[in-house]
Amino acid sequence: MTTATDEALIQSTADGQIMSGWSERAPSPRGGARLEAIEVSAWFGQTQVLDDVSLSMPPATVTALIGPSGCGKSTFLRILNRMHESVPGAQLAGEVRLNGEDIYAPGQRVTRARKRIGMVFQKPNPFPAMSIADNVTSGLALTNIRISRGDRRGLVEDCLNRAGLWREVKDRLGAPGSVLSGGQQQRLCIARALAVEPEVLLMDEPCSALDPTSTRRIEETIAELSSQVTIVIVTHNMQQAHRVSQQAALFLADERAPGGIVECGPTEQLFSNPVDPRTADYVDGRFG
Amino acid sequence: MTIVGNGSPQGVQITPRLPRRLTPGREPSDWIFHGLATTVGLSVLAVTGAIGLFLGYQSIPTLRHYGWHFFTQSNWLPELNQIGIAAVLVGTAEVALIAMFVSFPLALMFALFITDYAPPRIKSWLVSAVDLMAAVPSIIYGLWGFFLLQPHAIDVARWLSQYLGWLPIFHVDTDPNAAVWQQSSYTGSAFIAGLAVSMMAIPLACAVMRAVFDQAPLGEREAAMALGGTRFGVARTVVLPFAKGGIIGGTMLALGRALGETAAVLIIISPEYLIKARILEAGTQTISALIAANFGDATTSQLSALLTAGFVLFLITLTVNTCAAVVIRRSRSGASTDI
Amino acid sequence: MTTITSAPVREVAPPVGRRAIPRKVQAFTFDDRLSLFGSLASSFALVTIGYDHLLDTSGIVGFLVCWYFVFLLVYAGVLSMSNTRALVVERLVTATLYAVAALVVFALGSAVLYTFFQGWHAFVHFGFFTHDMSGVSPTAPLSQGGILQAIAGTVIEVAIAVGVSLPLGIGTAIYMSEVGGRWSRLVQTVVEAMTALPEILAGLFVYVTLIVDVGLPKSGLAASIAMSVTMVPIIARASEVALRIVPRGLREASSALGASHWKTVRKVVLPSARSGLATATILATARGIGETAIVLITSGASSFLTFNPIGNPMNSLPLFIYTAYTTHEPVAIARAFGAASVLLLMVLVLFVATRFLSREKGVAR
Repeated sequence: MTTATDEALIQSTADGQIMSGWSERAPSPRGGARLEAIEVSAWFGQTQVLDDVSLSMPPATVTALIGPSGCGKSTFLRILNRMHESVPGAQLAGEVRLNGEDIYAPGQRVTRARKRIGMVFQKPNPFPAMSIADNVTSGLALTNIRISRGDRRGLVEDCLNRAGLWREVKDRLGAPGSVLSGGQQQRLCIARALAVEPEVLLMDEPCSALDPTSTRRIEETIAELSSQVTIVIVTHNMQQAHRVSQQAALFLADERAPGGIVECGPTEQLFSNPVDPRTADYVDGRFG
Repeated sequence: MTIVGNGSPQGVQITPRLPRRLTPGREPSDWIFHGLATTVGLSVLAVTGAIGLFLGYQSIPTLRHYGWHFFTQSNWLPELNQIGIAAVLVGTAEVALIAMFVSFPLALMFALFITDYAPPRIKSWLVSAVDLMAAVPSIIYGLWGFFLLQPHAIDVARWLSQYLGWLPIFHVDTDPNAAVWQQSSYTGSAFIAGLAVSMMAIPLACAVMRAVFDQAPLGEREAAMALGGTRFGVARTVVLPFAKGGIIGGTMLALGRALGETAAVLIIISPEYLIKARILEAGTQTISALIAANFGDATTSQLSALLTAGFVLFLITLTVNTCAAVVIRRSRSGASTDI
Repeated sequence: MTTITSAPVREVAPPVGRRAIPRKVQAFTFDDRLSLFGSLASSFALVTIGYDHLLDTSGIVGFLVCWYFVFLLVYAGVLSMSNTRALVVERLVTATLYAVAALVVFALGSAVLYTFFQGWHAFVHFGFFTHDMSGVSPTAPLSQGGILQAIAGTVIEVAIAVGVSLPLGIGTAIYMSEVGGRWSRLVQTVVEAMTALPEILAGLFVYVTLIVDVGLPKSGLAASIAMSVTMVPIIARASEVALRIVPRGLREASSALGASHWKTVRKVVLPSARSGLATATILATARGIGETAIVLITSGASSFLTFNPIGNPMNSLPLFIYTAYTTHEPVAIARAFGAASVLLLMVLVLFVATRFLSREKGVAR
């Protein structure tokens, strides 16, 4: 899969501009927040799609959620920042704790939880009516955070740097986001999510609509960000999960039964020495 | 690394697996926003609903007074207490049907020309032309129909009555073969009014049809072409069957507009309250022209009668438009945009 | 990151002395062209001889119709000598569609040009735009009086109607597509039903309720209210369509950033639907400007210039055109065409604005 040239290219960029670009700013001391899901179940209408899922996502760690389509991993991800409840008829049980605090507790605002737990979607979706720079700072405008003009410029550069896009767009910050390629748009969406300084970043198959080169760039970005925020990524791509994550959880759903976690643990162990035979089948591609 | 449970005190507590109540904790601005939008929506509902109910309510005394005769009486003679909409209903239908008879083939072929035949350079111009045609005020088409179209249209009308006069609808009560023919027998007819109204019906129907033709799946188009089909073959086997719903829907939408048209009809026709099939002959009347001509010196009860006539027209256009909406909606299968 | 994309590309020099010229595909051959123009000419000759002499008919319309049908017959005959049946049908259909397109464009063009042509008589008098008709008889020459009161009336009435119906219409669209709720289906049904309300009935409704029952005078305001009754459903429905095609993903992205619903609608949904909303508004405005049936019933015709929409009658362009037409005086009809040209110009300006807005993409800065 990974050829020698690929390795070399990654190497060269990794010690090159991008690294020096963001390493000037002090890395976040906490490396993000601890996110815990406790006995989460979910329903759409009368259909239960998740049953009793518990998972802890520690700071400064990339957690990969893997499994076949329709096993509830995207639903689980959307529960983690309360996007689940925007679907009509969606319900859930259990708790999601951000640094020990239940984000579903009465009195907790939806908007606050979503601001602290950012999300990147499957298809890149920059706001078409805004320029590239406005897209980056749109989270501030949307959540009533005022920022001075000088700070704004610094923030745009910083976020685009962290998302690995600055050098490609620095001369056309006023152009609409739609002029970028798919991979660039997705990195713009990452920069947009970073601008509100989330403690957790959720990614729902962020590379499934992209070509291999763009995918590789996003993966590098994830690696660079992992020391700053807690990252949870849903992916269909086994190799990708293997490459980017430190821990992984396999979701499976039997026919007509709700989905749940079959096995979770450090990525290396899950891939090389799984406990559950179904995990072995799935990671070897004999399943699903 | 402990993953399940994670040692927190509530974590081991057994919670019954039932959905919990979600409290969305809305922003104060959202309460205001939702309240405001709901108020606007419901007040528009209240006002527009009230108008519909008012019109229906106003027609009760008239219908009670004239009963079924309101629909069978063709005269509109308030001073003789003879009021009925039989003739104007027929006139309305005639003008609208003539307009549809002319505009349907033109709109259909023009739409097909735009999507499948026009050179790409002029395509966007033609689309603009259709939109412009829809934006031109109806009174302009009225003037155009009366001053420019009518002198030529009566020639055609005379020719039709000369050679096809044995058909009741083309008959005109005058001698078409006279050396000096009676031009005034051919002016102000339902035929000429229908031609002017068709100018308003064409763009409406054409816009809907064009939009649907454009949605015809490219794959099937190319498949038909790859089988060696000509452009007309593609249109006949792929585009037209695909767009059946849009064609019907667009036509009905245009029919709804044609039925309610006032200004152009008012300028062209010479009013006459007679149930007749002779569309080329001078004199007819439509409901909207009837209202426009009679509201000024009407008493309260006559106004109620006019409102009733208008309400009947509204019910007809409502039915036509609703059918159109249903047909169009059904024809667009899963056309959605997703990001 | 440039290192990733730049693979060594070997420059391939184009062969010297040969420049690639795009080939013409789908060529209309010399033979095709010959049969087309040949058929046109021969049918023209046939009809010229036959039309006036053999048939006892006259008139330019009849001539064109005969020429066209004879042309189709000749063309079909010529084509079938050297082509397959499918191709003959294709060529005949093409000829028919071109003729239909020409007919429709000609009809539209003749309506527009005829109006301007006839309106020219009034247009050459500068006073036509700066004077009103107070104290001027309808039969007075064109150098006296003008249509200022009608222009002002149309502008005021339409401005009020747009001012009322734009917030209500877009607000209703936001309620239907963004907020929703128990009543939104009913609102949608009723709004859709009211788009079928004939204009004359909206006018009659306002006439009966406000003027006859309440006793208000005929006024520009009454006309504006009746216009709003027809415009709100149109704007609401078109705006709802414009809002619905804003992709769901944008709303999700916004709320995932922690935006409140109001901010999502204000900063993301409405700007994304901007061109659709503008088009809906401008088309509804164009409809309002040309609205004849309503002003005929509700506004009353004044001959003097007034800026007061409440207390007194107010003239407007469509009403002026209609009343001038009903006199059947040549001078009055010339004025009617002058007013019609102004009306058409207003619509054209709005129309060009719509084109411009819907073409504009990207970021307004």
